[in-house]
Amino acid sequence: MATITAAQQQEIALRQGDAGRARRDRRVRFVRQQVVPRIFLIIMCLIFVMPFYWMVTQALKSNEELVRYPPTWFVHDPQWGNFQEATEKIPFWKFARNTITVTAAVVIGSLISNPIIAYGFSRVNWPGRDKVFMVVLATVFMPFPAILVAYVDTWKRISDVSRKDLGINLFGLSIPLPDLPNVGIGTFGPLVIPAFLGSAFFIFLLRQFMMQIPLDLSDAARMDGANEWQIFSGIVMPLTKPALGVIAILSGLAAWNDFLGPLIFLLKESLYTLAIGLTFFQSQADRDIKFNLMMAASVLVVLPVVAIFLFFQRYFISGMTVGSIKG
Amino acid sequence: MDATSGTSSTALIPPEPAVAGVRATNLKAGPWWRSRTERKNMRLGLLFISPWIVGFLGLTLYPLYRTFYLSFTRFGGFLDAEWIGWANFDRLLGDDLFFKSLYNTFYYTLLAVPIGVVVAMMLALAMDQSLPEIPLYRTILYLPSILPLFATAFIFMTLLDPQQGLVNDMLPAIGLNPPNWFGDARYAKIAIVGMAQFGAGQMALVFLAGLKGIDTSLYEAAEIDGAGVLNRFFKITLPLMTPVILYSLILGISSGLQVFTQSFIITNGGPANSTNFLVFNLYRNAFNYSNQMGYASAMGVILFLITVALAGLVFFTSNKWVNYD
Repeated sequence: MATITAAQQQEIALRQGDAGRARRDRRVRFVRQQVVPRIFLIIMCLIFVMPFYWMVTQALKSNEELVRYPPTWFVHDPQWGNFQEATEKIPFWKFARNTITVTAAVVIGSLISNPIIAYGFSRVNWPGRDKVFMVVLATVFMPFPAILVAYVDTWKRISDVSRKDLGINLFGLSIPLPDLPNVGIGTFGPLVIPAFLGSAFFIFLLRQFMMQIPLDLSDAARMDGANEWQIFSGIVMPLTKPALGVIAILSGLAAWNDFLGPLIFLLKESLYTLAIGLTFFQSQADRDIKFNLMMAASVLVVLPVVAIFLFFQRYFISGMTVGSIKG
Repeated sequence: MDATSGTSSTALIPPEPAVAGVRATNLKAGPWWRSRTERKNMRLGLLFISPWIVGFLGLTLYPLYRTFYLSFTRFGGFLDAEWIGWANFDRLLGDDLFFKSLYNTFYYTLLAVPIGVVVAMMLALAMDQSLPEIPLYRTILYLPSILPLFATAFIFMTLLDPQQGLVNDMLPAIGLNPPNWFGDARYAKIAIVGMAQFGAGQMALVFLAGLKGIDTSLYEAAEIDGAGVLNRFFKITLPLMTPVILYSLILGISSGLQVFTQSFIITNGGPANSTNFLVFNLYRNAFNYSNQMGYASAMGVILFLITVALAGLVFFTSNKWVNYD
């Protein structure tokens, strides 16, 4: 569209009988719309790629090359074995399995809970609905670290419940109840269960989407005798598929990348995710961080994320830009 | 509404819902519980949102209430909290490290958020031009936003290392003295602010969506009237982008005040507490020191109130500078 404007402007100038000015205008325009943005974007792209480049470069360096000064920009002797070594230095695959478990559970939870909740906020007209939705929106900006202590304490109480001997004492005859599974602190529970209870941003996103589906569709189904759950699962859910893709991607990304959650809730090494596992490279006693191995492990953690991003780019981007609708 | 009466007059009358179901609205008089359909809708609505209600009450409202409660106690996590009144807040007022961490947090937020908006805006303006290779730029510029913060932190440890880092190897070439970024109290916060800018691609895409929504005829009209590039930006683009900027400011402030992972991984709050941010300080009190969970909760209360106050400030002054046309 910018070129059309340029052409129009040029035409105006030509009509004024000033061919020289038109040519100059065209050149200024070309510089302003093609050259300057391009140079700026290329420089910014080089800067933005630098961390990735350096991560891979450092990952492939040998121990000698790593400490060489000045640093080498290109790897002289790539050590592909660093990847192998990095996965052996820490229990990498165990941490990877934990991370995948948590991520998969969070994605499943988000895909189940958020559509149901968003349906209640968009397709059922109950008194006070929009006021309650304002509360949902407000929680988007809730600073989680502010309630950190009490939040952890809440999960500690939840795990205390499972440790209590639950039983019924009936006239001196005690009937033991089966032990509840511990889903509180020291398990994946605190990382996974919240996903099954919905997240404000995803509810908002899906609600926007569901409001656009004509209500007539629901009314027609209702006339045919469908109940609310059938309308939800049979008509509305299938129509929200693109938004569900966004939610799967974004919730998975958040779970994979989470650091604070695993840090406070996974108390034993057997449960650690990669986020915590990677800090093991730091806490080596000799304070001499093996940056090449740490970067090699980072590459392995980041690689799936980058691959998924490149394949499903539009889901990432539409999910990120939907927030601006709210304005 | 039967089909035979489909004349022009009926088109003006909103059709009645064929079945008095979920769609019924509160057009009739009387409270909702008087009507059977309304009661049914209430039941259905609450049933559908019940997972959120459980999460909100159990994992947001209760912890929030308990944060306020614990801030008035001495608490170690195991025994019952012991009520000590305003003692934690009295202690905060005399705690230099608390004010230092508060200062660091504001320093970071007030620097990182506006710079982030400017960088994102510049990227968006550049990407708004019709260049054929824009999708490539978009992909590259967005890519760092999906990196986990802990991985970014690791990368920047080596990228900004005075010995093995790429950045300090380049700086002398452009005539700058390479600092010891994370080892020097004067530069550590700046380095973390700089790190944050690698997430600008995400906001740039939000801005770009906003720019695409601006009617191009406005620019054409302004151009014919002889308005220059800067004039057009400040008189057309910026005013029309204010709602998007408001959104990014609130989001940026709220997440800027929570800065934690970078200092936890890279600097451990140092050097000389120059990267000891509020949440880092809170975390330490809560999990590294014993019996300080009440004190940490008092910090949490402060963080909560600051967030609410700042978001409120941005929101309520917004009618002065946000354009809602």
